[in-house]
Amino acid sequence: MGKPFKKPEALSDQITHYCPGCTHGVIHRLVAEAIDELGIRRRTVGIAPVGCAVLAYNYFTFDFQEASHGRAPAMATGLKRVRPDLVVFTYQGDGDLASIGMAEIIHAANRGEKFTTIFVNNAVYGMTGGQMAPTTMPGQRTTTSPSGRDVEAVGWPIKMAELLAALETPGYISRQTVIKPKYIRKAKKAIKQAFEYQLENRCFSFVELISTCPTNWGMTPVEAVQWAEETMLPYYRLGDYKIPEENKND
Amino acid sequence: MGNTVLMKGNEAIGEAAIRAGCLNYFAYPITPQSEVAEYLSRRLPEVGGVFLQGESEVAVSYMIFGASAGGARVFTTSSSPGISLMSEGLSYIAAAMCPAVIVNIMRGGPGLGGILPSQADYLQATKGLGHGDFRLLVLAPASVQEAVEMVMTAFPLAEKYRNPVMILGDGLIGQMMEPVEFPEHLKTEAINKDSWATNGMATRRSDQRNLVKSLYLDPKELNDHNLRLKAKYEQMKRDEVRYEAYHTDTDYKVLIVSYGTMSRVCRTAIDQLQEEGIDVGMIRPQSLYPFPEKAIAEAAGKHSCIAVACIEMSMGQMVEDVEKAINNRRQVSWFGKCGGEIPTPEDIQEHVKSLVKSK
Repeated sequence: MGKPFKKPEALSDQITHYCPGCTHGVIHRLVAEAIDELGIRRRTVGIAPVGCAVLAYNYFTFDFQEASHGRAPAMATGLKRVRPDLVVFTYQGDGDLASIGMAEIIHAANRGEKFTTIFVNNAVYGMTGGQMAPTTMPGQRTTTSPSGRDVEAVGWPIKMAELLAALETPGYISRQTVIKPKYIRKAKKAIKQAFEYQLENRCFSFVELISTCPTNWGMTPVEAVQWAEETMLPYYRLGDYKIPEENKND
Repeated sequence: MGNTVLMKGNEAIGEAAIRAGCLNYFAYPITPQSEVAEYLSRRLPEVGGVFLQGESEVAVSYMIFGASAGGARVFTTSSSPGISLMSEGLSYIAAAMCPAVIVNIMRGGPGLGGILPSQADYLQATKGLGHGDFRLLVLAPASVQEAVEMVMTAFPLAEKYRNPVMILGDGLIGQMMEPVEFPEHLKTEAINKDSWATNGMATRRSDQRNLVKSLYLDPKELNDHNLRLKAKYEQMKRDEVRYEAYHTDTDYKVLIVSYGTMSRVCRTAIDQLQEEGIDVGMIRPQSLYPFPEKAIAEAAGKHSCIAVACIEMSMGQMVEDVEKAINNRRQVSWFGKCGGEIPTPEDIQEHVKSLVKSK
């Protein structure tokens, strides 16, 4: 007999508002499992974004702050600086982090703030109704790019992991995905690793998670997984982009 | 205590926060208040505090939000264009009912305006600091000593109301040097915030988690929340009105309403006018929100008073509040300048004399 399957203590007993096929639920669970395993729930403070995950605090059982659009890394900076003993993480989507919150995330990463960012990249604005995001794929149709993203007119999708990894300041920068079970174990490992670096007071830690949004992509959940794998993964390559230790290769 | 020191306003404001018991400061440089950040970048490490220069005023407003939501005493300083950028964060901080102290050392506007003293952010501070129904308690110092005392008082006030408090000083308050004392009795301990702050369940030894938020999707909940906020502002109107009356025990013909540095020039003008046999009284609001409506109404209602003059370094932003207080029983005139030049006592005398003559 293996270990019985049970709900992490860090997750609340609630039905989420997320759409069928959305990957937020899986990511919430991975975060909760990491927090449980590290035994840090009672000293963790999460910071919710604006977007679909604005209500993330309803699904966790520890302290939470709610930011405005894109500003979660600034709130995390303020909190972690005055309370370095707390474990602080932001949970942000791609419209929030890569568009309106670009300045906040870059500067927090560059200062080497000792908090963790969970970045959910599903290539679209979810909560506002499927508008184009900085991460929207070339040719991808959205409610504000009805003919598909034209890279000549609006540029190419921003690769956040690569962008942040280019900073000189040491950090842990990883991109993973949760679209299929075979990827989830690695995603979990990266999330836990990110929190471990924070606990060691080592560096800023950032895990980007390639995700699906069947509702706003106009696909079934199965089609969405297939599209993400065929379209997003070749562009948003998985792996650790930066690790604080020198000569460490995962 | 007798520990009088000569200090520049901006540095005194920084020191006042430390003496008040606030050791956390986040800011972005902007003239004419950058000396606060320069001073605290040296001073806070000495006392084990937190100093951080943010990447923008937008970010800074959220740094103080995050720190305050975590239960810490925290403050920032800026000047007019920077406060505009912070206004988004201030709306969230007020909505989430977090205490914070914000100092605005005003410069001329609109736009980039200028870097010289001004009082052009009166309306912004008292009525329009961001989206939604919220107010800040706004205190306006007229000297470096008063700036020190207001900063020290602001922290317990912010905690009492769980609301941001703004110190609204014109550029001169930040730039001039004056003798100051830091009153020992204004040092306070932060109140216990365990009932709401996201300071970690382990810190509170609690099994209840805390949530700091401003989203209320249910219309009734949001309305109730706004009523809760309104009740706080009504309480401020009852309990926090501050003002100073000058020369109001005479049978003055003209009542001046003026605040900040401008009110000090008015005092000189009032003294000189008295020598010429023209009595003028003054109400100096020390709190701009809540506004000392009753005191102004009573002073303007005095039988001898024939005119009221609003004297400010803005294009008459306070006039509406004075008119509302007086309720049309006296004509309210405005005199002022808003380019960075401070009106002289002679300018004010001339305006007052024109009011006396025209009646």
